[in-house]
Amino acid sequence: MSMLSRVASTLYWMARYLERAENTARLVNVNSHLLLDLPRSVVLGWEPVVDILSNRELFYALHEQASEHAVVNFIVTERANPSSIISSLSAARENARTIREIIPREAWEQINTLYLFATENQHDAFSRRQRYNYLNKIILANQTITGLLAGTMTHDDGYEFLCIGRNIERADMTTRIIDVRSASLLPDMEHEQSAFDNIQWMSVLKSLTAYQMYRREVRLRINRRDVLKFLLQEEHFPRSLLHALKEVERGLERLPRNQDITKALQGANKQLMSAKPEALKQDKLHEFIDLMQIELDNLHESISHTYF
Amino acid sequence: MAIKWNSYDVANFHDELVEDRGIPRPYATDLCNYLAALSDKEIIEYKAAADSAIHVMGITFRVYNDEDGSIDRAWPFDIVPRLIDKKEWQIIEVGLKQRVKALNMFIDDLYNEQNIIRDGIFPAELLEKSKNFLPQCKGFSPPLGIWAHICGSDLVRDDQGIVYVLEDNLRVPSGVSYMLENRLVMKRVFPEMFEKYSILPIDDYPSELYDMLAQMSPRDIEEPEIVVLTPGIYNSAYFEHAYLAQQMGAELVEGNDLVVGDDDIVYMRTIEGLSRIDVIYRRIDDNFLDPEVFNPDSTLGVPGLMRAWKAGNVALTNAPGSGVADDKVVYAYVPAIIEYYLGEKTLLPNVPTYKCHDAREREYVLANIEKMVVKPANESGGYGMLIGPHSSPEEHQAFRELIKADPRNYVAQPMLILSTAPTLFDTEVEPRHLDLRPFILSGKNVTVTAGGLTRVAMRKGSTVVNSSQGGGSKDTWIVDMESL
Repeated sequence: MSMLSRVASTLYWMARYLERAENTARLVNVNSHLLLDLPRSVVLGWEPVVDILSNRELFYALHEQASEHAVVNFIVTERANPSSIISSLSAARENARTIREIIPREAWEQINTLYLFATENQHDAFSRRQRYNYLNKIILANQTITGLLAGTMTHDDGYEFLCIGRNIERADMTTRIIDVRSASLLPDMEHEQSAFDNIQWMSVLKSLTAYQMYRREVRLRINRRDVLKFLLQEEHFPRSLLHALKEVERGLERLPRNQDITKALQGANKQLMSAKPEALKQDKLHEFIDLMQIELDNLHESISHTYF
Repeated sequence: MAIKWNSYDVANFHDELVEDRGIPRPYATDLCNYLAALSDKEIIEYKAAADSAIHVMGITFRVYNDEDGSIDRAWPFDIVPRLIDKKEWQIIEVGLKQRVKALNMFIDDLYNEQNIIRDGIFPAELLEKSKNFLPQCKGFSPPLGIWAHICGSDLVRDDQGIVYVLEDNLRVPSGVSYMLENRLVMKRVFPEMFEKYSILPIDDYPSELYDMLAQMSPRDIEEPEIVVLTPGIYNSAYFEHAYLAQQMGAELVEGNDLVVGDDDIVYMRTIEGLSRIDVIYRRIDDNFLDPEVFNPDSTLGVPGLMRAWKAGNVALTNAPGSGVADDKVVYAYVPAIIEYYLGEKTLLPNVPTYKCHDAREREYVLANIEKMVVKPANESGGYGMLIGPHSSPEEHQAFRELIKADPRNYVAQPMLILSTAPTLFDTEVEPRHLDLRPFILSGKNVTVTAGGLTRVAMRKGSTVVNSSQGGGSKDTWIVDMESL
């Protein structure tokens, strides 16, 4: 039985929304921790988090200042923000609801439970004491859902769409984090690194749960060059850009009518592998990341055009 | 001890579990003893466990209201099951099969020879004024002459213990998924009770449904392509559409997923292109099925569907036009219909029904309206009804005017004193009125669910059981007392 176009699209979006909620939860957690480590003189605040999610305009339409409370509200619970954690989970749940005959029952139950948990306990996001636990539970529940889907759903075309959606979202988030953090966190990369630069690069890694894996791979002191290489080009780390794109490529290969898309994606992947992003200065790095973002948009467009 | 049967007052009702104060019916003795042995704390825990199971399983239904649009509500569920002795059930089952067989023959006849009208059993004028008769279906007969493949008939029991058919739902009856889910909730919450009883299983319904649908396939192939056609997630029964599709392994489709080609074949849009469909279990009303033929503004349906159906290239269940027999005026004729087609006496009685289009019966209704239940012919979900004894003189007068203005659209029945069953409130039980909706599948064979969906009116004294109007539900156990 071949898959309904509408269902393929719903699976794809469900996975994207779930991944978005998980990544956003990590981002907020890491930022909370980072702020505790930085000296008062380094004014970092919460605005970069809004920038990472490309939501500056909407944010300032709804809030006056990028205070901790306002940003957490905007990013975690605000329904008026379509990519807040609660909005993403709600969208994932609505998607799951329309395809509950496709995904395993337990997965639907988990998604439903996750949404209910997140909404019923949303006040926890505002208390510094509770926030970590609250967001961590959201992350873990997402991981449970991913595991359940991997372990109980037939790995058919629908599952490929799910993985493709997840990886495109992941690639998107990785590039956004690198773009904003490398610019606004570390304005002056050419100079000698301070201890705080180190902490900030660590936070970039941690936002992508990449810290431990990075340390295993790269024994040297944390530095811009190696972090960029790792997050953009490490083929075996699941949240690196290259890995995510390779996963999309692998998924597409199993789908019908894939020639044009895979060809374009293989081209992009080759480009990424041969690039030397670590050698780029900040403005060139930004251009490079922009290019990758455009590739991701094109990829989404052609998948949507071909299959949905 | 929380539940004390000797203070459970059945009043002048027939109670499904308790014969008289403190005396359970024979088949309910074990259950009543078990419940009486529970502490308050246990009862609260079990109730909470059931609520949490419903919450986690996402069992919901949608309610419409003008202010909030539509919202999802958790399915209201009572943990005290409703029991019926298998011996009694077997008689009901035969009666239901008889009824549905005759109704299908009636529909097929109306759209073809109309012998029943020619023979003077069924008045021609009633057919002319029927809202659900579709002239577009005339001269067509679906495979095996079956129109209403899935029927949900509502049964009630009066204070004398007699079971009546209250109405037949032949269009797109809903509720079967709740019947199945109620059983799952009970198994999660009260596994002990299932050891005490031999309860007939109900979980084969999705396979029975699948088999019946497969029999309708126009192509004689091993795995016909079966889909469930839903209006979408905003429909109040969407939960059920998705549930049944999932349980059958069928595709759940919306109108936009389907397309009828110039070859009059129905296809669905897939990631590989177009793919042929054989059987559509449609959960969309006739009027919205095909904008080429019916409501041209419908975006829920599929243009050309009727063409494909009449060309015999796709099966539609239930067939368009089945609703002609699901009219509350036609209901009054069912005993005559059974006798006419099958030459048999009706096994399951109808509630006595006064037809307002008949001058004499109308006079009686107008004179006694405060004692009667008045129903419009073509509404469902309990909408547009008058319950005489619970209404004001102004409401009585309003309905008198409605009846006079459009007599063909109304029937009236005496107010039945519905049976009750113990229903949990906090840690005590109180009697509440209920009904039962079994589901009957007609294919090469006719099958009936073991029991059905029991719906309870949660408000004291109320007899309105519809979930859209605050009704709840119970698991229904057909218990085999001889196998113990």
